[in-house]
Amino acid sequence: MTYANPRVPESNAIEIHGFTRGAFILRSALAVGAVYGTGAVGTFVGQAVAQDGESGGDAEILNFALSLEYLEADFYRQALELDLSAEAAALATRLGAHERDHIAALIDFIDVVGGTPTKEPTFSFPITDEASFLELAQTLEETGVSAYNGAAPSIESPEILAAAGQIVQIEARHATDIRVALGQPTSPKPFDESLEMAPVLEAVQPFIKA
Amino acid sequence: MHDPSLEQVTKSLPRYPAGAMEELDRDPSSRKRFLSMVGGAGTATVFATFLAACGGGSDDDDEGSTAGGDSGTDPTASPAGGATATREPNPDPKEGTTDLEILGYALSLEQLEAAFYADVIESDLFTGADLGTIKQFGEDEQVHLELLEATIKKLGGEVPVAPKTKFPLTSQAGVLKLASELENGGAAAYLGQANRIRSKEVLAAALSIHTVEARHAATLNSLAGLPPEPQGAFAVPASMEQILTFVQRFIVP
Repeated sequence: MTYANPRVPESNAIEIHGFTRGAFILRSALAVGAVYGTGAVGTFVGQAVAQDGESGGDAEILNFALSLEYLEADFYRQALELDLSAEAAALATRLGAHERDHIAALIDFIDVVGGTPTKEPTFSFPITDEASFLELAQTLEETGVSAYNGAAPSIESPEILAAAGQIVQIEARHATDIRVALGQPTSPKPFDESLEMAPVLEAVQPFIKA
Repeated sequence: MHDPSLEQVTKSLPRYPAGAMEELDRDPSSRKRFLSMVGGAGTATVFATFLAACGGGSDDDDEGSTAGGDSGTDPTASPAGGATATREPNPDPKEGTTDLEILGYALSLEQLEAAFYADVIESDLFTGADLGTIKQFGEDEQVHLELLEATIKKLGGEVPVAPKTKFPLTSQAGVLKLASELENGGAAAYLGQANRIRSKEVLAAALSIHTVEARHAATLNSLAGLPPEPQGAFAVPASMEQILTFVQRFIVP
């Protein structure tokens, strides 16, 4: 890949769509926003609501994906500050590089569809050693697979759908790499689950610091 | 004569974005090449599906002897279809290919993979954990196959008969490499069809299979000593034609 210089995302214009429709999701998300700062949940709120019926279009789905990729990339960056075995460090390095490539591509796509790339939040992860790193890595990668699979059918542009497919296949391979490292069965189910935006939001919320 | 590896078949593809492969699929002369390549009448099952998928029942001179129905018929529009949530029709990637044709194509690949794993298990080349992995993957393919069959029937299509296959199974290392090629091919095949599927339900099902094929591929790459993400951060899709070029060597006429 040739995304050598990921652009610094511009400040995020927070737009909350479908305020009335998504009242339930909004209430919980805004409650989180009150604790962590609205900027941190802007994308997630917009996204969750968009899926509830008021389409925010491909830009919002892309921003949702971008938020997850920010999370994964920073997770691997923080993991590399731990005392890891050579194998685990190589894994974190390789997977982290892929996630950064995904970030660059998603930012490009958001520009193409006329959206504004969401700002990268600050993350905090409860990882202290290799075991806790691998355990959380598995959760994050599995969540990533389900999030892409859940959002992809709502993508309107065939090109962006194809690109999302190119990314989710890599997320599934990452999830497998982690399972191999953990000595777990690599294909636990014949079909991967898909998740809607709201449960994904819920799953990653604790890692967003600001 | 040496067959190109899947890697050779796909390496000419652009890594990102996807889309150039669509040209191949729409090119009538490549479709003709197909016809001459698959020729024989006894192989009408899987090849009929491939041809239907690649030809789209269009202006070419096929006899309409295909499993997927004719051009432009959206199977999801049928009352028996059940799949009501239809994605916005897009004249570009989806032109000439119906969901039934894509499902038939996917089913043929799953039939091929399932037959491969059954043969590998029978070969007694593997024991222990690796045998367990192979059995698990074979079961996954069987479940995929059943879902695809049921979906094809639900949409009113004909289920293609499984092709007769033969795989070169001589050594553990050789089988793992072949398995890795088949699974990477399977993942690339699903990826290549994702944005051509019309029905949201069919797309969701295809995506949920696609990532499982990716898990198989990454696992087998690791077992074969290959990089789990050989193409880097963006997986490369493959067209129906590319996949047929790769798998036809395993089809017994």
